[in-house]
Amino acid sequence: MPDPVLRLEGLRKNFGSLVVTDDVTLDVMPGEMHAIIGPNGAGKTTLINQISGLIPPDEGRILFAGSDVTALPPEVRALRGLARSFQISSILPGFPVLENVALAVQARDGSSLKFVGRAAEETALNAAAMAALEQTGIADRAYVRAGELSHGEKRALELAIALAMKPTLLLLDEPMAGIGREETERQVDLLLRLKGQLTMVLVEHDMAAVFALADRISVLIRGRVLVTGTPAAVRADPQVVTAYLGEQLE
Amino acid sequence: MSDAALAATNKTRSLRPPRGIVLPTLIFLAFALLPVVASLTAKQYLLDVGARMMVFAVAAVALDLLVGYAGLISFGHAAFVGLGAYAVGILSAHGFSDVLIALPAAIAVAMLFAWLTGIVCLRTKGAYFIMITLAFGQMVYFIATSLAPYGGDNGLTIAARNTIAGWPLLKSDRAFYYFALLCLLATYLFCRALVVSRFGRVLRGAKENPTRMATIGFGVRRFQLVAYVIAGGIGGFAGFLLANLTEFVAPAYMSWQQSGELIVMVILGGAGTLDGALVGTAAYLLAEEWLSGITENWKVIFGPILVLVVLFARGGLIGGLNAFGSWLWRRSGHA
Repeated sequence: MPDPVLRLEGLRKNFGSLVVTDDVTLDVMPGEMHAIIGPNGAGKTTLINQISGLIPPDEGRILFAGSDVTALPPEVRALRGLARSFQISSILPGFPVLENVALAVQARDGSSLKFVGRAAEETALNAAAMAALEQTGIADRAYVRAGELSHGEKRALELAIALAMKPTLLLLDEPMAGIGREETERQVDLLLRLKGQLTMVLVEHDMAAVFALADRISVLIRGRVLVTGTPAAVRADPQVVTAYLGEQLE
Repeated sequence: MSDAALAATNKTRSLRPPRGIVLPTLIFLAFALLPVVASLTAKQYLLDVGARMMVFAVAAVALDLLVGYAGLISFGHAAFVGLGAYAVGILSAHGFSDVLIALPAAIAVAMLFAWLTGIVCLRTKGAYFIMITLAFGQMVYFIATSLAPYGGDNGLTIAARNTIAGWPLLKSDRAFYYFALLCLLATYLFCRALVVSRFGRVLRGAKENPTRMATIGFGVRRFQLVAYVIAGGIGGFAGFLLANLTEFVAPAYMSWQQSGELIVMVILGGAGTLDGALVGTAAYLLAEEWLSGITENWKVIFGPILVLVVLFARGGLIGGLNAFGSWLWRRSGHA
């Protein structure tokens, strides 16, 4: 069996007296699309924040591509191939869409301690950025200020930024949140095409999307992993149905 | 090219950082011609006013890198200027009065100070960053007041302007004036290149969204520290010029009021434009020149003017100029 891309070992996080991550142990295998579902407040985003390095865990270890990254800052994890999208779109609203993505390319293309030359006109960076925009279907919006994009387009931009990082692991925090049905379908299609090319962790409330996409699903309740398994196994698990899916699937 | 793509291309033109060269060209032309005007009108004090403007503009342009592009409101910028000036003064007191020694020393001291304090300051954000840069500035100020061998509170008179490789080329006020003009031009061009470079783009990105920048792989603080050291070095450069302009150094050069005035110059002109730092510095020093002729408490008049500019001209004087320019453009029949 191959080594997992991501391994969480006994991860624990408290906010004051509130336990938000409770002894989470989880393996994400290469090429896998691993969904994390659970009710609001289950600690899904906090878990993603710990994996990407924005929040330090109180206890436990995070292993990425075989090495312990628990103490590493987010930028080092990013350069090692860990990309993420945010639940609330996190972009550079004042920059053109293309430059939002070109910056992600720039981060892993040589030194950014260059004080001369116009970065916005570097064709190699722009070409790679444009390719990512084409992949997510917003290439025609490349020269618009990112702040002027529609909500759905911002989600697509976030995905383009992540893809431009050429990640080995992509963390998606509710990529379908707040977008229309048509855009959701497009997003699902895109993720289906990406499946197998890179490893993904998907946090999502849209159960139709989750069951269409995921290879395995972990159910998170009050910070704890209730069960991890294939979609069919999770759907049939009586515990899961009582705790979460019952209301979702009605 | 499809219509959509064409429209997109046209749109990006207007979104690019202004490549405007008209305004800076006019400003530098005005500086270049000022000595001629001064001698024609026999108003030699104009030469001094102009030189002061250029020296402070060097410092203000550097401060705009931090305030306007990196989003770091440094309230201790005068400390760099003062350190540069004191490097010139102290070296001169010991007989080292050549630009080839004084200039590198002034810049190096300021950069070293910026690096050491920047490491600490950049651990904080927002109001705390303002307070801690202010505190470090005041620290240097009080050290200078207690430097008894170098004049303490009273400051230190410099025997003569720096020589250049042994030649007293800066001796005449006019020669120094043009020297300062060259220094300002070099600073301005360097900073303009910097803000659109890869490095500058990272700085601007970190100002807008530091979390996003970290998660795509940029150690934001490291870039900000480099910017802080660069801005500090240019501040030291301005101090070198200031000491040579006045042939005198004093603790007042690095008082917190001086830091505040530099911020006012940047904001008044329009932060994040570089041109604004030039315009703001000139406007501030002209206001000081004229209003202080009317009353000793000239800031009573200047204060409300500043408030009005900040309230009504979004983006400072530069923003006002741009708005006025496009209004004229529309009035003259352009759609």
